[in-house]
Amino acid sequence: MNELEHPTGDPYGAKDGKDLISGITVFPMEPHVPRKSDIDPKAAIRAERQVATMFGLSSLMILLFIVAYIKVPADLLITIPVIGTLNANHLAIGFTFGMAILLIGLGAIHWAKKLMPDEEVIQERHALTSTNEERVAVQSSLQRGAAESGFKERKIIRRSLLGALALFPVPLIVLLRDLGPLPGTRLRETIWDEGIHLVTDATYKKIKASDIPLGGLINAVPENLLEIEHEEETLNQRGKASIIIVRMDPADIVSQQGEAWDYQGVLAFSKICTHLGCPTSLYQQRTHHLLCPCHQSTFDLSDSGNVVFGPAARRMPQLAITVDAEGYLVAQSGFNEPVGPSFWERG
Amino acid sequence: MSTTEESIQAPAHAAPTTKGGAVGYYIDDRLASANFTKRLVDKVFPDHWSFMLGEVALYSFIILLLSGTYLTLFFNPSMTEVIYNGSYVPLKGVKMSEAYSSTLAISFDVRGGLLMRQIHHWAALFFTAAVSVHLLRVFFTGAFRKPREINWVIGTLLLVLALLEGFSGYSLPDDLLSGTGLRIAQGIIQAIPLVGTYVAMFLFGGEFPGTDIMPRLYSIHILLIPGILLALITVHLIMVFYQKHTQFPGPGRTESNVVGFRLFPIYMAKAGGFFFVVFGITVLIAALVTINPVWLYGPYTPSQVTAGSQPDWYIGWLDGAVRLMPNLESVVFGYTLSWNILVPALVIPGIMFTALGLYPWIEAWATGDRREHHLLDRPRNAPTRTGLGVMALTFYMILVISGGNDIIASAFNLSINQITWGFRFLLFILPPLAFVLTKRICLGLQRRDNNKLLHGYETGRILRLPSGEFIEIHEPIGEAEKAKLLAKADVVPMALPSAVDENGVRNPKAAKSIARAKLSQWFYSDVIPTPTDEEMRAAAEHAAHELHEAESHLKEISQH
Repeated sequence: MNELEHPTGDPYGAKDGKDLISGITVFPMEPHVPRKSDIDPKAAIRAERQVATMFGLSSLMILLFIVAYIKVPADLLITIPVIGTLNANHLAIGFTFGMAILLIGLGAIHWAKKLMPDEEVIQERHALTSTNEERVAVQSSLQRGAAESGFKERKIIRRSLLGALALFPVPLIVLLRDLGPLPGTRLRETIWDEGIHLVTDATYKKIKASDIPLGGLINAVPENLLEIEHEEETLNQRGKASIIIVRMDPADIVSQQGEAWDYQGVLAFSKICTHLGCPTSLYQQRTHHLLCPCHQSTFDLSDSGNVVFGPAARRMPQLAITVDAEGYLVAQSGFNEPVGPSFWERG
Repeated sequence: MSTTEESIQAPAHAAPTTKGGAVGYYIDDRLASANFTKRLVDKVFPDHWSFMLGEVALYSFIILLLSGTYLTLFFNPSMTEVIYNGSYVPLKGVKMSEAYSSTLAISFDVRGGLLMRQIHHWAALFFTAAVSVHLLRVFFTGAFRKPREINWVIGTLLLVLALLEGFSGYSLPDDLLSGTGLRIAQGIIQAIPLVGTYVAMFLFGGEFPGTDIMPRLYSIHILLIPGILLALITVHLIMVFYQKHTQFPGPGRTESNVVGFRLFPIYMAKAGGFFFVVFGITVLIAALVTINPVWLYGPYTPSQVTAGSQPDWYIGWLDGAVRLMPNLESVVFGYTLSWNILVPALVIPGIMFTALGLYPWIEAWATGDRREHHLLDRPRNAPTRTGLGVMALTFYMILVISGGNDIIASAFNLSINQITWGFRFLLFILPPLAFVLTKRICLGLQRRDNNKLLHGYETGRILRLPSGEFIEIHEPIGEAEKAKLLAKADVVPMALPSAVDENGVRNPKAAKSIARAKLSQWFYSDVIPTPTDEEMRAAAEHAAHELHEAESHLKEISQH
């Protein structure tokens, strides 16, 4: 490594008291002020003992850790003021382990600060550029290599090689094809269809209009979801087909997405936010506003599910419903538009 | 090397005198490592508290590797549904993925498992925080300038990778909160023009959530990104080592030296000890403060959500941007462009990271400064840069706070709509304001420095002269302080080139250099020059005179 020469003869590489590169005034190093532990042997011994104590306590903590790991029951809970209730085993092994590590660190730093030399030393920087000769030399070596390879002259080789290298990653990309299916119409479809019963989300019970109090909200899914979840164990359909059912005074309904899509003031909407797909869940019965907890998009369910606030750009799709012969809520048809977040091909 | 025979002949060595020496000789016989080891052992690093920030990042990364490896021994990244039957009673009998159930097992059925999980999570928060604050330190002190631009870009890449690594790990437990985050990420990917739906289908193996994403995220989180991180961190450190660390100005410090302590033993003990301190504190916090209690959130299902869903802090700014963006969406030729998603989630981060990565070249171009810099700037001495930094930071902070707009609304009982609108305006009002204010403060501090140089510091000793006049005694500042304050290299803005050439003909090529010169003048506008040697001398004489007068007054008083 090249050390900088000092033609100026100045210990800091300065000339006339000015830095050669930046031109700032260079001040000499301040005289070293000894620490107490440098001059007072008692202070030095005290520092030595402090360091050794920390290292010794660290070892003790490791012993305590092993005791805690074996002896403290794994299902015991303890409550500590301010911090709260914690698992006793977790706390005991964490505290002993953490203290053991911390004490090693504190001991080492204390050792360095009190007992190792604290006089600063000067080291020269080396030049971060090569000399001109070195640059010329590497250039000619590279040119020699290029000439020997004939890369420039042998055009056919060069071009065919570049072509081959350009194509070589293609299989690596093609091989990714089976990572997943093509989008197809997946994002446009749900399993809702004409005559499918609306059933409660958790218990899969059919719902009558009278089950829903005025101003109430029920989370629901299509009845045929249960079969799919049994067969495939996937949550995909649930992620699209989940709906909410609300009931309001029919006089409160300003507009709907279709003629008579409600049943006596009972309305069904997709639950999946049209912004980024979170399940919307906060319903204010007085205003009929539905709020998405993720980014606060707000939809007015009494007015076609239109967006009244927030980053969502599209209204919440409505599911047309009616009742079957026994009075259970059923879908008049599937959704008329894709549910959930937007996508490029949606249109 | 004169002949081949000579070059392969090992030179004759004296026998090692110590056991350690024997080991060294053994290694040196095979690697010729003596020279390198000597340079390593004697290497001098400058000392400053802010140089520890990068160390915290490095040590957190090591803690992440250690604790993460432990977690892989028990974690099962499968989305196969199982009925939970572990020791956490409230979830007994609940259907969940194996990923979530194995996370519960780590938390409740493996002794120390919860500790390791919490060490891992806390270390991830510290890692991203340390990387960010380290970046600010490097920015505000101008450490990114020539010759360190390449390392700055590597640092920017490390930041982006750290965010991706954090988010992928956060998603793995497959709990309700992290699943919601993943759903949002999927929605963002799906909104990308042209390829979005395909990328989303391929990444998730079909529709959201599918059954493939956890195993795939797992290999991304424990292999792909950490591998790249490790490689880039290694290069980052080698470059710091090779180019030598920057230092703050002070007595004896110049552009061509490093003043500090040797690696062995001082930094071996201090930096090595500091690793244990960072590790120890992380373990203690993990033991005492519960983080990410996934058992309370329940397993993920796409039809449920918890109110007040917040990501980890380092994703907060993206979430905030998504919340603030007005609901613009357009359909062009039958294709949907979701500006409400693309702008906050892709365009803004894209611009921010690009500007961040290119900043060293932007500033060098604007200032025309092509010199090497090893002495750091005090932030006040680069007012425009400091102003730009605080401006960007203000923009970022408003986004972070906006990410918690629902929390603010419920905590202070305010309307979420008004808060959101307020932040939308503040996002454009506060950053420029922050720029102007910061620059003014920097210039004020520069004037204060000049005052200190010329008139010394205020001692707080007030003297009443016989004439009734009150004066405050100023004392000259010490040499160390003087060295620090005088280390402001004078800058010269580029001269405005003439728009016409020597023949008086309009030069169309001048437009670019005129723009650049104007930018340089703007960058260096309101420059406050450091006092010249003459000014300093004059001021010193004046001060000595004043002090002398004051002292003679004092003498008079004491004589009476």
